[in-house]
Amino acid sequence: MDVNDIQEEIISEFSLLDSDMEMTVFYIMELGQKLPVMNDALKTEENVVKGCQSKVWLTANLDDDKINFSADSNTAITKGLVSLLIRIFNGQSPEAILNANLYFMQKIGMERFIGTQRSNGFAAMIKQMKLYALAFKTKLEVKS
Amino acid sequence: MTTTSPALSTALDVEKIRKEFPILHQTVNGRDLVYFDNAATSQKPLVVINALTEYYKGYNANIHRGIHTLAEKATKAFEQTRLTAKDYINAKSEQEIIFTRGVTESINLVASSYGRTFIKEGDEIIVSELEHHSNIVPWQFVVEEKNATLKVIPVTDRGELDLDAYRKLLSPKTKIVSVNHASNSLGTVNPIKEIIRLAHEVGAVVFIDGAQAGAHLDIDVQDLDCDFYTVSAHKMYGPTGAGFLYGKKELLEKMPPYQGGGEMIKEVTFKKTTYNDLPHKFEAGTPNIADVVAFRYAMNFITETGRAAMAAHEHNLLEYATERVSRLKGVSLVGTAPEKVSVLSFTVDGIHPFDIGQMLDARGIAVRTGHHCTQPLMDRYGIEGTVRASFAVYNTKKEIDQLVEGLERVINFMK
Repeated sequence: MDVNDIQEEIISEFSLLDSDMEMTVFYIMELGQKLPVMNDALKTEENVVKGCQSKVWLTANLDDDKINFSADSNTAITKGLVSLLIRIFNGQSPEAILNANLYFMQKIGMERFIGTQRSNGFAAMIKQMKLYALAFKTKLEVKS
Repeated sequence: MTTTSPALSTALDVEKIRKEFPILHQTVNGRDLVYFDNAATSQKPLVVINALTEYYKGYNANIHRGIHTLAEKATKAFEQTRLTAKDYINAKSEQEIIFTRGVTESINLVASSYGRTFIKEGDEIIVSELEHHSNIVPWQFVVEEKNATLKVIPVTDRGELDLDAYRKLLSPKTKIVSVNHASNSLGTVNPIKEIIRLAHEVGAVVFIDGAQAGAHLDIDVQDLDCDFYTVSAHKMYGPTGAGFLYGKKELLEKMPPYQGGGEMIKEVTFKKTTYNDLPHKFEAGTPNIADVVAFRYAMNFITETGRAAMAAHEHNLLEYATERVSRLKGVSLVGTAPEKVSVLSFTVDGIHPFDIGQMLDARGIAVRTGHHCTQPLMDRYGIEGTVRASFAVYNTKKEIDQLVEGLERVINFMK
């Protein structure tokens, strides 16, 4: 599935919650709980995403020209939000990530439950993921 | 607060009081709003909101120098608030009441004007571990600039100031002691009369940050004998951006102005400028007239409702909330001093305060989460932050039940 297919999938899942704020928050937390465990050795200061109110660690690997991210957070809701980004970007090419237009947040009304400060943090996460994509893209170009 | 009789709270008709606060009657995320963030800012009664509207509709004008009718009316209303403030804290003279933007500006004013003038190398300024950043950072500016030292009164596990340690910190080097009347993070009411008395014994002046006391505690600056005291209107059912600094006249007289501009001068020439009398010497520029005017109505609201009855009601709420919340699985209370204003701070094992705050918000309950601008205090307890529920006169036990229900939901989900 490409980036937009996954975004559409997420939008349709969230629409089932019928804008019930409590259900939505619980659902996001559940998504976070399902995120694969990040190795503690990777939770270094170097891997902290700057600009997040809560602590978020993010790393990335390149497997067969596709990127796979690993992340964790000290807060459950943030972890759930990160898991949505990972779901969209994992297994995509650096090119696809760099060109991705993320519109799902607006469609699911995310700004209503993450507020301005967390929105900034969310933008910082996306930026960090795209920076990884750019680094891997450059690496691949050098190789070829 | 514990000195008031809980029986008094029956004298309050809380439902009637709630009708005075239009903001409370709304739904948030599909549920009735429960506003438990009063230590950050309290809501405003109609009488305050109307005062603001009436000012702008009827007599908005710049004050003190106008010859026309509106200016006269605005000046009178503005100065009336000064008289009300004087009575509210029992100051000797209205000249001892300086209008500021609030507590933060008041502390900066004294740190800058008094601190920079009278603090010398080797002097010491004492604050406490309980302080809000606004009662730490301005003093750090002074000690850094003057090569002086900042000393800190430690706090006990229960959240009380360690007075024995304080006595040991005091010396002839101590020039300023600045502590809060009540803690914004834990609710602890500090024994400020004793703190002031001990500081005066070594010749230090004492600044009291009354941000969390203004709406909850009796304040008598003459009885306390404090040198400076400050409150913010917005934590006292009043508007944002206004507050006042009380200072003993003899101290204010010998302090240089904080800012230059209009109103604070007597005469300006390019050779020499002379400064205005108190309190105007410290009120440069056009002040926040409308909010200062409306602030009087907020203080009157508290006085007319009855400070003792309000305190008793809030104390009942605090006791009820403390008892109910502390029984929840994994909850640890942070700050269990016997004397508290209506602030309940707590952590829940394995759940980040942000998540709790967000979950409660989803149920229409507004609490504060994080370090509450008291990072050194959080470091002292080895925690990142707390969940803080703070109560005001319009809150009810039913709302606390909703808080408990919300907390139970989160705790059960995260298990």
